[in-house]
Amino acid sequence: MKKIILLFFLIFIFSLPLLSNEISVSAFDEPNDDGSAIVLEWEYDLVDVQSIIIEKSKDNSTFIEIVRLPITDTNFTDEENIETGTTYHYKISFIDFDGALLASKTISAKATAQWFNTSKIPLLLMLLIVGIAILYFIYHARKGKKLYIRRIAGLDTIGEAVGRATELGKPILFVPGIGDLDNIQTLAGLNILGHLAQKVAQYDSTIHVPVSRSMVLSTAREIVKESYLKVGRPDAFNPDSVYYLTDDQFGYVAGVDGIIIREKPAATFYLGAFYAESLILAETGHESGAIQIAGTAMPAQIPFFVAACDYTLIGEELFAASAYLSQDPQQLGCLKGQDVGKAIIMVTIVAGIILEIFGIHFLKDFLAS
Amino acid sequence: MKRNLPLLITFLVGTLIIFAEFIPHKPFGNLSGGLETWFMIISGFAILLGQLNLIKVNTIKISRKAPNWQYYIICIVSFAAMVIAGILWGTRDQTGILKNSQGVVSWLGLKPFDYFFKYFFENLSATMFSLLAFFVASASYRAFRARSLESTLLLIAAVIVMLGRTTIGSWLTGWVPESLTYLHIPQVAQFVIKYFQTTGQRAIMICAGLGIVGSSVRIILGIERSYLGGK
Repeated sequence: MKKIILLFFLIFIFSLPLLSNEISVSAFDEPNDDGSAIVLEWEYDLVDVQSIIIEKSKDNSTFIEIVRLPITDTNFTDEENIETGTTYHYKISFIDFDGALLASKTISAKATAQWFNTSKIPLLLMLLIVGIAILYFIYHARKGKKLYIRRIAGLDTIGEAVGRATELGKPILFVPGIGDLDNIQTLAGLNILGHLAQKVAQYDSTIHVPVSRSMVLSTAREIVKESYLKVGRPDAFNPDSVYYLTDDQFGYVAGVDGIIIREKPAATFYLGAFYAESLILAETGHESGAIQIAGTAMPAQIPFFVAACDYTLIGEELFAASAYLSQDPQQLGCLKGQDVGKAIIMVTIVAGIILEIFGIHFLKDFLAS
Repeated sequence: MKRNLPLLITFLVGTLIIFAEFIPHKPFGNLSGGLETWFMIISGFAILLGQLNLIKVNTIKISRKAPNWQYYIICIVSFAAMVIAGILWGTRDQTGILKNSQGVVSWLGLKPFDYFFKYFFENLSATMFSLLAFFVASASYRAFRARSLESTLLLIAAVIVMLGRTTIGSWLTGWVPESLTYLHIPQVAQFVIKYFQTTGQRAIMICAGLGIVGSSVRIILGIERSYLGGK
């Protein structure tokens, strides 16, 4: 009898951890954040669970329900009113179909802020390599090293296009896209506008710059004005050559199309951020017989420009345009640095393919982190 | 000073944004969000600048009787109508100066601003967007002419993709046995999109990304100053 009692006792003692392991709950600080979130994770081995209730407390006595989750959820991130450095207590309760409590567990965690986002190490690494390469080539360019840059036909044609417009006595149309000044493509387009406006001022031609953003209006006007000033023709600058149409996408398209139809420009430039309006603009320009030069980094719009325009600056060429036109050694040095980045990416892609073929996932996992 | 101050601000803000990308700790973590809010506020004020310019440019053209000057009157009148309707009766979510707009709403069915927006503006916008279909056809016609090996390949790929995206593709190759499903036009079209198109697009995006990095470095370091009107 004693042996049986002892056996039952031993079974009971050894099954205690198993019973307590029916619910496994963990709470921890959300990694790589500013200390405003706590993550809760749970696993359970209970039957008839219908929902999971999470309650929160600051003092570990008064708990307030914050969310009720379905049984398919295995984690929850609390981002509501979390103060950095404060410990929060969570009670996770498992409820059955009758609304009765099957089990619950209380756990605590403190949110802390991190000073470095470890998930962005690959990005930092890439940025450092490209940044150092750019600075290295800028340094050598400053020292007077000759840097080769391949021909970009679209940019070589700018002078020809302005000359043609002057001969025909027709204006030039420059469209900086529908992006605002916070879009780097718009800035790249405006950089080219500076060079173009100088040519226009030199040839005594006219330019129309209809814009769709007020901030772009003031910047574009300043650029054109400075360009006229630079070539010594401030008197020829017409402030109304840069004007605002509308912020609305298709309203802007209607306005620009109207200008193309009425003014019949000899050359049109579409340089900046474009969306669905790209082909409507470019086809109207094509119908009017203008020489067309386009450039954007929007992959979906590039085919439209290629089909409808004479020359298209594809992606990076738009950003390289200013350096190409100015032939400033420092800017060319920057382009060389970009080429190093491109070479590194190509090598990484090839290495990644080879490693994946051999079942080594280190590189993929590192970059995906 | 007129040149150096903007360059200094650009350098400081640009550098700060780069650092903030890697530092989640306050105040760096929400720095770019805060700056975006600033930008929105500034651009909100700048809208007034654009509207004033619109009125000025159109008024000049009307007063000088420029060619087609009548169209500029339509622009000014439309602009004024929307502004007045918005100020007097407000919009769906906002009340205007005339707080009680029940009379006009019962007559038009909507507040005047929303009425103009729905029955004029939206239709005009849709009309402009609809032009795209015709322009796609005309541009495709030119682009897909088989003049060289490259354009012939483009034509073949385009025909496969267009057929594959419609029921005609399935209908044409529906008889192909199960063991040769990879020859079904929709499958071939999917293959072209998944491998050829995506590869090209990614290459453009990677290079454009590097271009953005390069441009940003040039602007932050003050090497690129064209946006300030040159050196």
